[in-house]
Amino acid sequence: MGMNMTEKILAAHAGVEKVSAGQLITCSLDMVLANDVTAPPSFKEFDKIGGPVFDNTKIALIPDHFTPNKDIKSAQLAKSVREFADKHDIINYFEVGRGGIEHVILPEKGIVAPGMLTIGADSHTCTYGALGGFSTGVGTTDLAVGLATGKAWFKVPETIKVELSGEKPHDITGKDVILTLIGMIGVDGALYKALEFTGEGIKSLSMDDRFTISNMAIEAGGKNGIFPVDETTLIYIKDRVKAPYKIFNSDPDAQYCQTVRINLSDLVPVVAFPHLPGNTKKITDIGNIPIDQVVIGSCTNGRIEDMKIAANILKGHTIDKNVRCIVIPGSQQVYKQSMRAGYIDIFIEAGAAVSTPTCGPCLGAHMGILAAGERCVSTTNRNFRGRMGHIDSEVYLAGPQVAAASAVLGKIAQPSDLK
Amino acid sequence: MALEGKVWRYGDNIDTDVIIPARYLISFDPQELATHCMADIDKSFAENVKKGDMIVGGKNFGCGSSREHAPIAIKTSGVPVIIAASFARIFYRNGINIGLPLLEIGDDVNKIKSNDTLRVDTSTGKIENLTSGDVFQAHPLPGFVEDIAKAGGLINYIKENKHND
Repeated sequence: MGMNMTEKILAAHAGVEKVSAGQLITCSLDMVLANDVTAPPSFKEFDKIGGPVFDNTKIALIPDHFTPNKDIKSAQLAKSVREFADKHDIINYFEVGRGGIEHVILPEKGIVAPGMLTIGADSHTCTYGALGGFSTGVGTTDLAVGLATGKAWFKVPETIKVELSGEKPHDITGKDVILTLIGMIGVDGALYKALEFTGEGIKSLSMDDRFTISNMAIEAGGKNGIFPVDETTLIYIKDRVKAPYKIFNSDPDAQYCQTVRINLSDLVPVVAFPHLPGNTKKITDIGNIPIDQVVIGSCTNGRIEDMKIAANILKGHTIDKNVRCIVIPGSQQVYKQSMRAGYIDIFIEAGAAVSTPTCGPCLGAHMGILAAGERCVSTTNRNFRGRMGHIDSEVYLAGPQVAAASAVLGKIAQPSDLK
Repeated sequence: MALEGKVWRYGDNIDTDVIIPARYLISFDPQELATHCMADIDKSFAENVKKGDMIVGGKNFGCGSSREHAPIAIKTSGVPVIIAASFARIFYRNGINIGLPLLEIGDDVNKIKSNDTLRVDTSTGKIENLTSGDVFQAHPLPGFVEDIAKAGGLINYIKENKHND
């Protein structure tokens, strides 16, 4: 009996020939990631273990959640990350103005690659599965142990095969694919499990689509969300990934606990209603829902393709007078590309606010907090109660095309409603 | 270890954002986090929770963010154990790693109500509902995960073993 991609990567990093679902293993880590919220509490735990970091080239520290520092306490957090990075000579520390959102910049800078095993003290670390690696979110203590030892324990997950057929229509984004899946299997549909995306439909998914899809595997409870490496992946990593990497492919007789089938050709834009990412509705079924705010950005949808989709829709339009539209390029690189492509001009002409890269509003930290009773259409990843502000505010998750159209019309809408 | 306490009962998909909202993550002082524990789902919790009280949730308890601040806030509130139908996996890891026992009992949680009194043996996983008389058995922790729990968390376990493999 063969192994699937997730099992092969875990086995290789546990130094064993074969693993199977349910097995407990200890793995060597290729990359250990943390941010300004999760890194500081880990330093205390790290000191309890004692000693230097396991490898200063295999750690990434990125202040992105409360940055640019929103208040004095968050400034202290960011300062402690900076000091730790300095003390331990962490190569991959990205200061405000030179980086961006962790899950946007790690792939962008070639720090993560196919076949790598990455843990990050951020639940959306699963993003890098898009590149054919195993990556998963952990907490502060796992992070501290990872920083000190370069190791982490895992239970080998069962794997759900997500077979994508057909071809993604032009008005559909990766966000619609993943929200459709979460709507089908539920927010715990992949609990403790791996999601492996396969099928001919993958060919029509851009790299940015795949990052969005893997990013939200956690929203189905998944441990990771992995894609096979294909031509699209190889083009993306060319000129980015400098270190050697290894491509793992699932065996034809690999084991899966479940198969979910989605025909991409049939998809329509999808919106997740409050207060769960699995509470999805097709855009055609939602009626009239006026909104107060739109956020376009985050580790889920803050990449150049998202900016392009939003700009193409906003071009020549103005934001509804009752709506604040906040656009947040996910990295300095995405910001610069957006500027050169003229997208930033379009956003500003339309009446949107353009922010420096930050996680800010997604987690209700800063830069777009909602008041009681306010509604936001957001390209972010969670719509839990109170996620973006007051507990009586509402977040509707959608792709950048729906977010942009909604900003113009002042209610939840799709691009075709603009004509 | 046998524990006895009163139940705070919550539903399915209790996320870490309601357990400890992000606006409080500017601190990681356990005592301060505890004063905001469950803030966005039950304002009475932090005020009224007593040492030894237990939290019982439904499916997918602790879903969402990886913030370890969530189980730390609960543990520091004096809650010695969380029981749920199932736990979100990062929360589950975090609980084990900080030495907070998490017991999964599936649909049996439906037989536990707010203010029931439970007697829980965290080493055997036996749960007695002293109010209703029901007895439940939690799924055992697998392999060395049990050793981590017994050591009181991952840091102690690492220090005791020096190698974690």
